[in-house]
Amino acid sequence: MQFGIFTVGDVTTDPTDGTTATEYERIKAMVTIALKAEEVGLDVFATGEHHNPPFVPSSPTTMLGYVAARTERLILSTSTTLITTNDPVKIAEDFAMLQHLADGRVDLMTGRGNMGPVYPWFGQDIRQGIPLAIENYALLHDLWRKDVVDWEGRFRTPLQGFTSTPRPLDGVPPFVWHGSIRSPEIAEQAAYYGDGFFANNIFWPKEHYMRLIGLYRQRYAHYGHGTPEQAIVGLGGQVFMRPRSQDAVNEFRPYFDNAPVYGHGPSLEEFMEQTPLTVGSPQQVIDRTLTFRESFGDYQRQLFLMDHAGLPLKTVLEQLDLLGEEVVPVLRKEFAVGRPESVPDAPTHQSLLAASRAPAVSVE
Amino acid sequence: MRTLAVVSAGLTVPSSTRLLADRLAAAVGGQTPVTVEIVELRDLAGDIANNFVTGFASPRLAAALSTVADADGLIAVTPIFTASYSGLFKSFFDVLDQEALTGRPVLIAATGGTARHSLALEHALRPLFTYLRAVVVPTAVYAASEDWASSGSDDLAHRIARAAGELAELMEGRPPTQPPAEETVIPFEQQLAALRPRPKE
Repeated sequence: MQFGIFTVGDVTTDPTDGTTATEYERIKAMVTIALKAEEVGLDVFATGEHHNPPFVPSSPTTMLGYVAARTERLILSTSTTLITTNDPVKIAEDFAMLQHLADGRVDLMTGRGNMGPVYPWFGQDIRQGIPLAIENYALLHDLWRKDVVDWEGRFRTPLQGFTSTPRPLDGVPPFVWHGSIRSPEIAEQAAYYGDGFFANNIFWPKEHYMRLIGLYRQRYAHYGHGTPEQAIVGLGGQVFMRPRSQDAVNEFRPYFDNAPVYGHGPSLEEFMEQTPLTVGSPQQVIDRTLTFRESFGDYQRQLFLMDHAGLPLKTVLEQLDLLGEEVVPVLRKEFAVGRPESVPDAPTHQSLLAASRAPAVSVE
Repeated sequence: MRTLAVVSAGLTVPSSTRLLADRLAAAVGGQTPVTVEIVELRDLAGDIANNFVTGFASPRLAAALSTVADADGLIAVTPIFTASYSGLFKSFFDVLDQEALTGRPVLIAATGGTARHSLALEHALRPLFTYLRAVVVPTAVYAASEDWASSGSDDLAHRIARAAGELAELMEGRPPTQPPAEETVIPFEQQLAALRPRPKE
C-alpha cells in the first residue's frame, strides 16, 4: 500500500498570528514539504492545480519536475489535474515529459474542477463538465497509446496524423486515478478504463464516498478488469497530531475554526465525529485510518492533507515527522494483516512495464 | 397509514406558528388517518447554518430532511418576517434536495401580527413550493393576532378545516411515497457515443 500527502496549495493567513505567506514562500514551502515526504519515508506527493487566488499551483508539472530532480524515490502525482479545462494534448505532453525526467516516478489524478468562472478562462463551459471530462480523457488515453492519432470530437480542433511527444517512457503511459467527490459518471469512467478511483474523503461524511467507491468497484468488475475487491482505490484523509491528544486539539482549533472550507461552521468535535478528520495523538490517527478499510475495503493509496488553512511550514514539517516515523510504519504493518493475496498494489511504472512485457495470459 | 410531515418555523416556545401547525395537522388527521411527524426548525437552526458552510447535513438535520422527503404530505408554517417567509424557513428548504417534494401535496400557512401580511403566502410561499414542483392546495391559511379570537363564516377555524380537507383529499388520491430510487449508472459506451461527432448534413 502507498502512503503520501496531497496539497491544495492554498495561501491562507495564519489565524494565530495574522501572517500570510507570499506566493514565493508558499511555492517554496510546497517543495520543502515534498522533499520532506521522501525524507520521512512516504511514497507519494501530489499537488493540486488551481488558476485563481488564493491558490498558487497553476503549473503542476513544473513544480513536480523540480521535485523530481531533488528526490530519488518519491512518486509525483496531482490532486487533481484539470481534465476539463486543460487541452488533453498538453496534458499528454507535459506528463510524458515529466515521466522521462522523473524516471517513471509519475502518475496523475484527473478531476473536473468545480468553479464555474474558471472554465471560460480556458475557453470552456462548466455546464459541459462531464462531457469534457469524458471526451478529453478519451483523447488523452489515445495520445499515450497510439503513435499517430486521427481524432475528431466536440470540444477541440480535430487532429490528423498527430504524434504527441515525447512518447511515454518505455511505451508505458502514466497510471491515472480519476478523482471525484460526487459524480457517478466519473466512477463509471474509471471503471471502464480499469484506471484508479480516488475519493478525497475529507470534508464530508464517509457514507458519501462509500457510495461512489462501491459503484466504482462493481463497475470495475463489470468491465472485466478483475473482481470488485481488486479495483484500484485511493483515499484522502486529514489529520493533525501531537503526542498528547489535547495539545493537538488546542493547537489545531484556531486553524479549524477559520479554515476556508469548513470554518465558522460546526465545532471541531462535531466535524471529527461526522467526517474522517482526526485531530489527536498518532495512535488516534492510526486507529481512525485503519477504520477506512472497514468502510471502503482493502485499498491501494492513502494520501493525507497536511498543509492547509495557514499552518506554518515548521508545524507541517513536524506533522510529517510524526506521520513518517510513528503513523505510517504502523499503518503499513496493520493494513497488510489479513489483506488477501489477490488484492493488487497500486500500479507503478515498474509494475506496468513488467505487465506490458509479460506474455498475454488467457483468463479462464 | 400515510405520514404527514409538519414543518414549523416558529421561534418562541410556545409559538403561535406551532399552534397553527398543530391545529392544521389535527384537522387533517380528522379527515384521513395520518401519522404526524413534526419538524421544529428552531431546534435545527445551528445545523441548518452549518449545512450551508460544510455542504453536508448533520445526522439530526439529515433525519429531519428525510422526514419531509419521505412523507406523503407536508404542512409548512412560517412566521412572516420582513414581507416574506423567515430566513430560517427558507434556509431549511434551501438545504432540502430539490427533487424531494416533486408531486407532493403541500399545505402552506403563516402567522403574523397583522392581517396586512397575509398575501405573503401567495407571493412568497406558493411560488417557492411551485418551484419545487409540489402540489400546493388552493387554500393557504394565514393567522394574524386577531384571528385567534375570531368567529364567523370565514374565521380561522373554517379556513383551517377547508385547507385540511383539501390536503387530505390530495393525500388520499395519490399512492404512498416511495423511497428514492438507487442511483442509476449511464453505461460508459453510451456516454462516449453521445459525444461522437454528428455526421455532417
